[in-house]
Amino acid sequence: MRRLVVPVALFAALALVPRLAVDVPYVFQYGLNSPGTLQLLALCLVFAGLALSYDLLFGFTGLLSFGHALYFAIGVYVAAIAMTRWHWGFWESVGFTALVGLVVATVLSAVSLRVTGIAFAMVTLAFAQAGSILAFKNPYKWTGGEEGFGVDYHQLPAWTVGILNTKHLYWIALVYAALVFAIVQWAVSSSPGHLWQAIRENELRVQVLGMRPYLYKLMSCVLASFLATAGGVVYLLLLGGATTEVTTANFTLTLLLMVVIGGAGTRWGAMLGGFLYTYANQRLGDLSSSHAVESLPAVISTPLQQPLFVLGVLFILVVFFVPGGLVQLFRQRRPKTVQRLQEAVQR
Amino acid sequence: MSTFLLLSITGLGLGAMYFLIASGLSLIYGLMGVLNFAHGAFLTVGAYALWFTESKLGDVSLNARFLIAAIVSLAVATVFAALVELLLIRPLYGRHIEQVLVTVGLALVVTALVTAIWGNDARVVAVPTWAGNTTTIGGAHIPNDRWIEIITALVVLLGLELFLKRTRYGLIIRAGVENRAMVTALGIDVRRAFTLVFAIGGLAAGIAGVLSSVYFTTVDPQHGTALVIFAFIVVVIGGLGSLRGTAMAAVVVGLVQQYANYYASSGLGDLSVVLLLGAVLLVRPRGLSGSFA
Repeated sequence: MRRLVVPVALFAALALVPRLAVDVPYVFQYGLNSPGTLQLLALCLVFAGLALSYDLLFGFTGLLSFGHALYFAIGVYVAAIAMTRWHWGFWESVGFTALVGLVVATVLSAVSLRVTGIAFAMVTLAFAQAGSILAFKNPYKWTGGEEGFGVDYHQLPAWTVGILNTKHLYWIALVYAALVFAIVQWAVSSSPGHLWQAIRENELRVQVLGMRPYLYKLMSCVLASFLATAGGVVYLLLLGGATTEVTTANFTLTLLLMVVIGGAGTRWGAMLGGFLYTYANQRLGDLSSSHAVESLPAVISTPLQQPLFVLGVLFILVVFFVPGGLVQLFRQRRPKTVQRLQEAVQR
Repeated sequence: MSTFLLLSITGLGLGAMYFLIASGLSLIYGLMGVLNFAHGAFLTVGAYALWFTESKLGDVSLNARFLIAAIVSLAVATVFAALVELLLIRPLYGRHIEQVLVTVGLALVVTALVTAIWGNDARVVAVPTWAGNTTTIGGAHIPNDRWIEIITALVVLLGLELFLKRTRYGLIIRAGVENRAMVTALGIDVRRAFTLVFAIGGLAAGIAGVLSSVYFTTVDPQHGTALVIFAFIVVVIGGLGSLRGTAMAAVVVGLVQQYANYYASSGLGDLSVVLLLGAVLLVRPRGLSGSFA
């Protein structure tokens, strides 16, 4: 029962945020229901969902992929191109994007899963790199090259356009995060989900038991990629344009950072990691230009101007000192046997 | 014909640079099972050490300035790589995923730090005039620095082969690549070999840093990361952990990139290298050399 109550209560509470006219000093620059804050929170929620979709691969199935950015970028770029370059309607574009995402994910995963371990990481990296090069190359003047392009807002539903409608975008992002959470929760507790975790622990044993790990890994890859594509569409609505930043290898690396900082192989950890990372990345930028930081000696203030420096150092510290991620800090330290007994009783 | 010759030699020059980066990666992976994402950072550190030393040596002649800066740059890259192994990799001994994660973090941190200190803009490196001139062979005007790249890579390949085959430490490293547990059981401290391999990798990356600065005549914070992705591809195509396979793959990748960029369309070279990787892995999942170390 608790497994259901906590998430529902949390997402319901988050849904009320746009109705709260409260100032939260230091944490947010503006009021809680102001468009600026809602935009920031919506971005954090998108990345919470995206990080969880990556955790499905990395944390739950044990697949180290360096190509997750590709599927997110498909969500952003294909939807934007369909609406802006081909002047398709919003829902046609979304449907088409979902189709492209599914087909590309199935084909590329089927190919790259033929190799395992580090080679798998490299093949996914190479495919994502190919996508990135395509976006930079600007074929048929579709992708806008290095600067990217803004989406044609005439094709977007009217209630998502304009600064006053930011609360709607916030709710869309919240629904996305909640859906990813629910789907991942359902998927990892289904029987293929148990096999994913068995593959993570010992793939050879799964094979010896007579299962085919390949098919299950393919399922995990396609599901995770599809969730990422959906996230890309939400991101496009939020930002109103496509930029090459989301196609790069560094983008996937930041997803890895989020998941590991929050706690790989856990639902809450990955979401927390994605949320906090995005928040810190945005807010550290504001912070670095504040007086408090500028008055520090240059040795300290110079590195602080780069959020990625702070987050990278935090990441290394987490890997060294908190191997389970931040979520580990909240766990009660009960003896393992007691924990297992309690879980058995609850079932 | 002269165009083809020019493309071939330029491609070999590019391949030489890939080899210099990839040889360190390949050795480290072969011995320690760590895919070192921070390798691009070694290269960036070396390249910035070159530029920084040059900018501090105002009143020395150009050639001497470049030579001093290059030596400083190699020393800095080597020491940096050895320190990374001692401080960050060694405490996580035996935990491969964590080691890879730490190198990923380090790569991002170094890039961010360099951006914070020297800004995002490219910095111009002073290159000796003889490197900027061209030599005419068979009607093709070939920039001199390409020759330096090719010769340096050959010297490094030969040096590494001799080191691995003829010296005691080379023997330990080769044995460690074969079977690390056995070497440890025989009472040899493999960890010292780990540091050594990282230092050698750093040195090779430093050389690549200097040569790539000459090649592009500028350095910027993304300098290493951009090159290292292709070095990864070279390492995987060549077969992880094999030095000769790496050399072979570096030549192939460099040439394919140059030819496709010229004969097809610019930008297609990078794409065709990626496709090449996909094709090689599907046909021979263990790379050209066929050994997975």
